[in-house]
Amino acid sequence: MTTTAAALKATPLNAVHRALGAKMVDFGGWDMPVQYSGIIDEHNAVRQGVGLFDVSHMGEIEIRGPEALQLVNFVSSNDASKLKIGQAHYSGLLYDHGGFVDDILVHKVDDDHYFICVNASNQDKDFEHIELSNRSHAKVEFASDRYAQIAIQGPKGLDTLQKLTKTDLASIRYYHFKDGEVSGVWARIARTGYTGEDGFEIYVAPDEAARIWYELQDAGREFGIKPCGLGARNTLRLEAKMALYGHEINASITPLEADLNWIVKMDKDDFQGREALAKQKDKGITRKLVGFEMIGRGIGRDGYEVHLNGAPAGWVTSGGPSPTLGKNIGLCYLPVDRAVPGQKIDIIIRNQPIEAVTVPTPFYKRTK
Amino acid sequence: MTYPSDFKYTKEHEWVKAEDGIGVVGITDHAQKELGDIVYVDLPKVGSTVEKGKTLGSVESVKAVSDVYAPVSGEIVEVNELLTTAPEKLNDDPHGDAWLVKIRMSDPAELSALLGSTDYDKYVEAEAASH
Repeated sequence: MTTTAAALKATPLNAVHRALGAKMVDFGGWDMPVQYSGIIDEHNAVRQGVGLFDVSHMGEIEIRGPEALQLVNFVSSNDASKLKIGQAHYSGLLYDHGGFVDDILVHKVDDDHYFICVNASNQDKDFEHIELSNRSHAKVEFASDRYAQIAIQGPKGLDTLQKLTKTDLASIRYYHFKDGEVSGVWARIARTGYTGEDGFEIYVAPDEAARIWYELQDAGREFGIKPCGLGARNTLRLEAKMALYGHEINASITPLEADLNWIVKMDKDDFQGREALAKQKDKGITRKLVGFEMIGRGIGRDGYEVHLNGAPAGWVTSGGPSPTLGKNIGLCYLPVDRAVPGQKIDIIIRNQPIEAVTVPTPFYKRTK
Repeated sequence: MTYPSDFKYTKEHEWVKAEDGIGVVGITDHAQKELGDIVYVDLPKVGSTVEKGKTLGSVESVKAVSDVYAPVSGEIVEVNELLTTAPEKLNDDPHGDAWLVKIRMSDPAELSALLGSTDYDKYVEAEAASH
């Protein structure tokens, strides 16, 4: 690590992380906490109680105007016309060839206003892509500088956040949101997350973020709240089989290959990537994402080669120990006819084939 | 944490304690802290030979894989079986129970090129300051 901290971008909570003794890393050009008390400890706090994440590095893009829906529906693969005001959904921002520019969360704020949350390291590219694709009068705004984002995740997330807001959180259904107040200041409160657990993601003004963070820590103390870093965020999302850009998805992978057919709505009006996806659907995909569990001793990790009967057949996109299951799990691409549960595979770990087996996903599903 | 004065250290954060031609090898407290929760330890077979500076095995935390380099050359005479079933011991007792391997040193003079505890301590501090 020779990069100086000065060259990295910092969130409004950077000083808070340092004061809490977090271990900081360069995450796509951002100086971010990878862990505080330890990844397993933080992971378990989210599964059993509540955890607090700084996700202010994520980007926000706002689309406004009478033609906002038209633009959103042209650049993304899910059907935003189905969203009600106060509802959000997961979607793909696709190239014409069907690969991912990014994966995004689209929130419908009003009939003429959509709020899109995008990945940190993709935000500039995403904004440019949407601007270039805009053939309407819709106004596209790069709004990342106006928002800090904090995720409150876990079965005690609601009880924690409820102490700081008058908004009735129980009335916000999963993948819905309300604009209200947290700690006396404006906040967009969304029941969304990247952990496979119930919880909320709140968008607030950057200069209020540190105060709100500390108030959330106080509010969650009785539930054993823990600040959580990117390390736990990754183990949690992997157990829930949520895609990570640059791993499960990228510019050369389509939603059909990534097992994300549900975010592709072929029956809506034309959208970027539609033609390529229609062709791919017609011909059939050749590779597909599937989960695996290690059988032999070893951990299959990102980028490791996968063999079938001694020959290269795919690669691991994400892999590591699952703290909840006590197993070593992962996701990999395999030829489509083999991408089904029960397939014996070998993961090449330090030049040795180590036995694994494909399994159904998600690896972890919370009980509701 | 004070680093034992009867150990020798590498800049890659391994330690070796020499006794009667046998070098007990482990990773330092600094190394385990940097790695975080350790979940897997991969060690060589008894009877295999290792060369100073070459990969001896690896230690994996939840987040990452880290190679362990042999601080001295020689033959592996024992590996710590405790770490097969309880790799997390490396986080608790890296300078004691959670040693990795014992090496019958082929050239004990290699030890003199390694760092003493005071120098290693300074090295770790300087490395931390440069981050």
